[in-house]
Amino acid sequence: MTGFLQNTFNGLVSGAFYALLALGLAVIFGMLRVVNFAHGAFYMLGAFGAYVLLTEAGVPFWAALVIMPVGLALLGMALERAFVHRLTRLDPLYNFLLTFGLTLILQDLVKLRYGVQSSPYETPSALNGSVDFGLFDFPTYRVFILGFAVAVCVGVWWVLTRTRVGMVVRACTERPELTRAFGIDVGRWVTPVFGFGIGLAGLAGVLAAPMRAVNPLMGADLIIVVFAVVVIGGLGSIFGSVAAGFGIGLVQAWGEAYLSDFPIISQTIVFIVMAVVLLWRPAGLFGREEAPA
Amino acid sequence: MLRIENLSAWYGEAQVLREVSLDVAAGEVVTLVGRNGAGKSTLLRCVMGLHAGQRGTVELDGRNVGKLPAHRRARLGLGWVPDDRGSYATLSVTENLTLPPAVGPDPWPLARVYEAFPALYDRRDSAATMLSGGEQQMLALARVLRMGARLLLCDEPTEGLSPLLVQQVGELLREAKRHGVTVLLVEQNLHFATGVADRHYLLAEGRVAEAMDNSEVRSRERELLSYLGI
Repeated sequence: MTGFLQNTFNGLVSGAFYALLALGLAVIFGMLRVVNFAHGAFYMLGAFGAYVLLTEAGVPFWAALVIMPVGLALLGMALERAFVHRLTRLDPLYNFLLTFGLTLILQDLVKLRYGVQSSPYETPSALNGSVDFGLFDFPTYRVFILGFAVAVCVGVWWVLTRTRVGMVVRACTERPELTRAFGIDVGRWVTPVFGFGIGLAGLAGVLAAPMRAVNPLMGADLIIVVFAVVVIGGLGSIFGSVAAGFGIGLVQAWGEAYLSDFPIISQTIVFIVMAVVLLWRPAGLFGREEAPA
Repeated sequence: MLRIENLSAWYGEAQVLREVSLDVAAGEVVTLVGRNGAGKSTLLRCVMGLHAGQRGTVELDGRNVGKLPAHRRARLGLGWVPDDRGSYATLSVTENLTLPPAVGPDPWPLARVYEAFPALYDRRDSAATMLSGGEQQMLALARVLRMGARLLLCDEPTEGLSPLLVQQVGELLREAKRHGVTVLLVEQNLHFATGVADRHYLLAEGRVAEAMDNSEVRSRERELLSYLGI
């Protein structure tokens, strides 16, 4: 029982990262119809940025938690203005070429300066130790990640469903042309939404720094699972991406714990789930079939 | 209020409008009739600024709006009532109504909209696409009235509605007209058209074939109906 609860908790913590990354991908895809293959690179930049800020300028974790998402959001907005907005009129193949190319450039720039070795990042002192849950202890930092990620997801959901900004974003996402006919400058909303999605990736990166190895390829390893999450949740579905993020975290953790005798299954379980979901619901669990444009 | 001169439009290589010229005075209700594919909807899309391949002049209150994007035209007072009713599945009924900013001198407050459309009030928190077809049509009209739009562009607002609802749409348009709202209407239902409109343009193969008044449409109804294939 204790083991099960611990595995469940670990799964939710991994799921928190998937959820934050998938949420950013979902809002970006919804608004721009662009699949951002560079999302993992921005996650890596978030973690690396926190590491560099700490080691070279002594900037603590809590400050990095604000600086990196905001800085990366601004970088994302600049990249959107410079390159990404050109994709809307082009063949989807260019979407892949541009964002994957950006990934390689960002990864190699970091490699060039810092090499490929993993760097340790100390857990902030306030979050050292563990929390006693009666049946089991759990590292305080992981409890913090889980709480923080859930709060961010709830906050984003609240903004999207309860505010005028969210209403406009939903309208632009669902029917951009119609929304223009109602006096809303859809183009003006695209850049900040892209920046916001990138900021979420950066935030996940900073949160990962004390827990995972900080290295130039950390995003590339993670992003493959995140794309499976996005597909399972339904491309562009905000709720679906978050729910599938936590769900896949759980499935992975349980798979590793209880199917360890069948490594072939436990290592590929995410993709098995994805295949089954796509057979059953081709648009994903919470996706809507898209009408042909 | 609206003046269109030598408007041509294309879908790729295919030309769907050929040098159309027409005008609509402030406070008038004017219909575009014609067979499917005559270019009626394309004409409305050109006025709204939603059709890219076009040439010619579109003037609103004497100002050439041909280069303005759709959202700027909406803010000059154009109200868009699309043929698919334009309901957002991810927005509630209230949100569908309040999404567009107020653009005209006389926007309806939400309370007045709900007073006029009690059925919408009852479903105000539902997703708009959960409404019946007739309710969605009312929502589309209520939305542009709430904007205070001065020129409504309505694409077949009576299509697929029951006779009772068609009557309601007619009353609504007459009421809007009484408040000085101008309407350009695509309509296949000639009986409805003569009931609400002042004048009519018959479009054929992308051209204005004839301009008619109500009495002319009534006296030639049989001929026109057989021409329209209804």
